[in-house]
Amino acid sequence: MTSVSIQNLDLNFGAVNVLKQLNLSIEEGEFLVLLGASGCGKSTLLNCIAGLLDVSDGQIFINGKNVTWAEPSDRGIGMVFQSYALYPQMTVKGNLSFGLKNARLPKPEIEERVARAAEILQIEPLLHRKPGALSGGQRQRVAIGRALVRDVDVFLFDEPLSNLDAKLRAELRVEIKRLHQKLGNTMIYVTHDQVEAMTLADRIAIMRDGLVQQLAGPDEIYNRPANKYVADFIGSPAMNFFEGRSTSAGKIALGKLEFDLAGYNFVNGPTDGDVWFGYRPEHVVLGEAARQMPLAVEAVAEIVEPMGSDTLIWTKIEGYDFRIRTDGQYKVAAGDPLLVGIDPRFASIFDKTTEERV
Amino acid sequence: MANNMNETTAGVVTGPSGPKPRPILSPRNIMIYGTILVVCFYYALPLYVMIVTSLKGMPEIRLGNIFSPPVEITFQPWVKAWAEACTGLDCTGLSKGFWNSVKILIPSATLSILIASINGYALANWKFKGSEVFFTILIFGAFVPYQVVIYPIVIILRELGLFGKLPGLVLVHVIFGMPILTLLFRNYFTSLPEELFKAARVDGAGFWGIYFRIMVPMSLPIFVVALILQVTGIWNDFLFGVIYTKPENYPMTVQLNNIVNSVQGVKEYNVNMAATMLTGIVPLIIYFASGKLFVRGIAAGAVKG
Repeated sequence: MTSVSIQNLDLNFGAVNVLKQLNLSIEEGEFLVLLGASGCGKSTLLNCIAGLLDVSDGQIFINGKNVTWAEPSDRGIGMVFQSYALYPQMTVKGNLSFGLKNARLPKPEIEERVARAAEILQIEPLLHRKPGALSGGQRQRVAIGRALVRDVDVFLFDEPLSNLDAKLRAELRVEIKRLHQKLGNTMIYVTHDQVEAMTLADRIAIMRDGLVQQLAGPDEIYNRPANKYVADFIGSPAMNFFEGRSTSAGKIALGKLEFDLAGYNFVNGPTDGDVWFGYRPEHVVLGEAARQMPLAVEAVAEIVEPMGSDTLIWTKIEGYDFRIRTDGQYKVAAGDPLLVGIDPRFASIFDKTTEERV
Repeated sequence: MANNMNETTAGVVTGPSGPKPRPILSPRNIMIYGTILVVCFYYALPLYVMIVTSLKGMPEIRLGNIFSPPVEITFQPWVKAWAEACTGLDCTGLSKGFWNSVKILIPSATLSILIASINGYALANWKFKGSEVFFTILIFGAFVPYQVVIYPIVIILRELGLFGKLPGLVLVHVIFGMPILTLLFRNYFTSLPEELFKAARVDGAGFWGIYFRIMVPMSLPIFVVALILQVTGIWNDFLFGVIYTKPENYPMTVQLNNIVNSVQGVKEYNVNMAATMLTGIVPLIIYFASGKLFVRGIAAGAVKG
C-alpha cells in the first residue's frame, strides 16, 4: 500500500521554481532518502510533506488521504529537525508530551507513550532534565522521541545527524536503522551525506534543481547511475570521466586508447556517438591482474593518500585526472609506475549531449 | 627522537613562557580607565549635587557651597516634596501625581507590550499576505514627530469621549509605543530558530499555543527591554500628560514641573531637588533591577535580524 504519494507538486518562492511537477510515491514501511546538494529542494519537499510550506500546485496524499490543505499536526507525521528544535524551557518529558497534551490525550495514555518512547530510545534517566543539560546525541534522541510518541505512520527526518560529530553520527545512523526495523514505519529522510543515504535507504531519490534525477535502491544508484550527475554525485572519491566515442560494434575510443566493451550492460544496445566514459576509482585493477583486463594502461602515481583501510592514488591517463582507490596494504609511493586495468563491466557510459546512461 | 624532544623542552626554559605579562599602568589602560573616570565624573556630579542639596536645610543652601556635603542632614525636604509641596492652591505634594502616574503606567505598559509582542510574533512567524507592507507602515510610525499629531489626537479623543481622562492618555501611550516595540519583538522572534516554531506546529500547537507556551517563555530578555523602554518613556512623559489630561489626573512629571515653577516667596531648592529625585526614582529602580537582562535583550533582539 502506498504510504505517501506526491502528485505534480509545484512550489514557487516568488519567481523561483523550487519544485517542478514532482511525482513521488512511497510504499508503506519504506525508508526513502532524499539526497542532493544544498539548494536542490530536498528540504523544501520535506517541509511540503509536513505541511509547513503551502504548495503552489499539486497534491499530497498520506495513507490515501488528501492532506494538501491539512495542518501539520493532522497529517499523521512526526518530524525530526537538524537543530533538534527542542523546547528549551521544558524538560525532556515536557518536550515529549507537548504534542500529546495539545492533542488532549488522557493523562495515563500520555504517561504510557512517553515511557515507551523513552525506553526504546534509552533516555529514561534524562526525562527530568532540560535540553540545555544534554549532549548533542542525547538531544537528537529526544527529538526522535518527540516524533515517536505521536504514534504516527510517517516519520520525516530533516538532516538529523548533520550537527553531530563523526563518531556520534555513525552511532545514531545505526540506531535509526534499528528503529526502522523495529517499528516498520514509513520514513523519509533528507540528507546531503551519501554514506547516510546508501546505508539507510530502501530507495534513494537523488534530487537536483527541484527534480528527481533517479529514484532507485542504493545498489542500482551506485552501480547503474541513470545520468552523469548521479554518477558524479555518488561515490567518494568521485567517478573518473573520459570523453570518448563509442561505436555500434560495441567498441569505445578514449583518445588513443581503444578497447572492446565486453560485458557492459547497455540500456538499448551499443550505438555510434560521443560519450562520457565513467569509471569508479575503487573498480580499478592494479598490478599483474590488470593485464587480464580489456584495457590496461601504464601510468605514474602522482599523489598517494594513505588512509589506513584504503589508499588513494592520483594519476593522469590520456590527460584526464584519474583517481584510484585500492587496498590500504598496497604499497606505492609517489612517482612509482602503475599498471592500471579497467573492466568495462563496472563502467558507466553516458551520452555526451543528454548525459543519460546508454 | 627522545633526544630531539629534550632539546625542545630546554628551549622553552630560556625563552618566553606562559602568559605574556601585562603592566597595569600601560598607556592603553591609562587611556581606557582615564576616559571612564572622566565620563563617570561628568554624569555623577549633578546627581551628587542633587542628593546633597536635597538633604540640606534652606539656611545651609543660602551659603552657596553646592558641592559641600550637608552639615546637618534633614529629610524634611523629601517629606515636603512628597506630601506638602504646593501646586497653586493644592498642597498635597507629589504623592497624588505619583499615584496618577502609576495608574497611567501600569495599563499603558502592559497593554502596549502585550499587543506589540503579539504583533511582532505574527509578523515574524505567521507571514500573511501584506505583512511586509503592514510592517513598513508600522515602522513609518516611529518616524512621525509627536508634535505633528497632537491636535488631531485631541480631536479624536474628544470624539471618543476620552479627552482629559486617564484611559485617553493610556490609549495615546499604547499607540505611540507600538512601532518601536513591534520592531523590537519582531526582530527578536525572527532571531529565534525557525525550526522550533515548525516543531511546535507539527506538535499541534496553534497560534496562541505557540505564543504562550514556546515563544514567551524564551523571550524574557526582550520583555525586560520592552518594559524598561515603556516604563522610562511613559513615566518620563510630560507632553502627552500635560495635553491630554486635566489637573486632577496630572502625572508626576507635570506636577513636578508645577511644583518647581510655582514660586511663593522663597525658591526651595532642597524641596525641588527631592521632588525631582522622587520623580526619577521609578525608572532608575527598574533599570538597576534588570540592567543585565536589558543589555542581553538589546544585544539579542535589536541588533540581530
